[in-house]
Amino acid sequence: MENNTFLRSHSGEGRPWIRVFMKVVSSGALKQAFVKTARSLTRSLPILLGAFMLLSLGATLIPKDLYGRVFTGNQIFDPLIAASVGSIAGGNPVTSYIIGGELRLQGISMLAITAFIVAWVTVGIVQLAAEALMLGKRFALVRNVVSFFSAIMIAILTVLALGWA
Amino acid sequence: MRERISEKVGGSGIFLLSISIIYVILGIIDFGIARDALRVLGGLILRIAPVLALVFGIMFLTNLLFEAGGIVRMLGRGSGLRGWVFAVLGGVISSGPIYMWYPLLGDLKEKGMRDSLIAAFLYNRAIKIPLVPMMVHYFGWSFAVILSLYMVIFSVLNGLVVERLTRGRGR
Repeated sequence: MENNTFLRSHSGEGRPWIRVFMKVVSSGALKQAFVKTARSLTRSLPILLGAFMLLSLGATLIPKDLYGRVFTGNQIFDPLIAASVGSIAGGNPVTSYIIGGELRLQGISMLAITAFIVAWVTVGIVQLAAEALMLGKRFALVRNVVSFFSAIMIAILTVLALGWA
Repeated sequence: MRERISEKVGGSGIFLLSISIIYVILGIIDFGIARDALRVLGGLILRIAPVLALVFGIMFLTNLLFEAGGIVRMLGRGSGLRGWVFAVLGGVISSGPIYMWYPLLGDLKEKGMRDSLIAAFLYNRAIKIPLVPMMVHYFGWSFAVILSLYMVIFSVLNGLVVERLTRGRGR
């Protein structure tokens, strides 16, 4: 009886993580998981590379000073324009903060700047094709449209909450 | 002809091929812009490679340790509050650009992850804790805190709306 307890404790029986490890090593699950991941990798890499290429092209072709030139000073149209520009552009959120900071110095409303920052990180027109290929066309389209309008709503609520309206 | 190409290389191949053609045309029209874009592309790939390795590492572990049933329990229809917490926190703590996470999410979706949780995860990718000081520097603490709170709330609302609008529809 004592001997049995000793064997059980030293073979890992009763410890869930050792049981999982033993199952993984013995059942060929490692190979199966590797094959599955490799298959996903082969399927995803062309899409990711395409998305990188599009983003690089956008970053090269869209001049940074364009962002300041598209605003009109209109309280209704500027958030819409901002969310649209933020949706088309994209990349590191830090870039959106820097551009937002510059726009603030130019006197652009915080309503527009907030819509721009939120759309920049939540809507991705450039990577829409990649999202559609991997997560489904309808999902990608609906998610981006909903995120676009959410960006404007969040901007309105944030500016109202801060009393900056 | 188009169908034969599509059959051979698939949708992803056509996508990559189309963009490569744009680069070639651009290179013919203005070689300088194409070269600059390729330079930006090189930098982007170098910056993103570690995140890509992380994403595929997580995919490998998911494939190794979880059966589809486990994913459905954690992130499927009956996952409840736990699923939302996973999606929100996962989105906040995950690093790198949003599109790096599409392969993993596509994989989890095939295993039964809810559309609403995928949308919430992607929305919360916008909240980056290491970048908060930068946002505070430009817009102040109150702005950073209120915006982040609204983003979390809207991530859940967005998830629910997206799921409602995509429910029962195929890819």
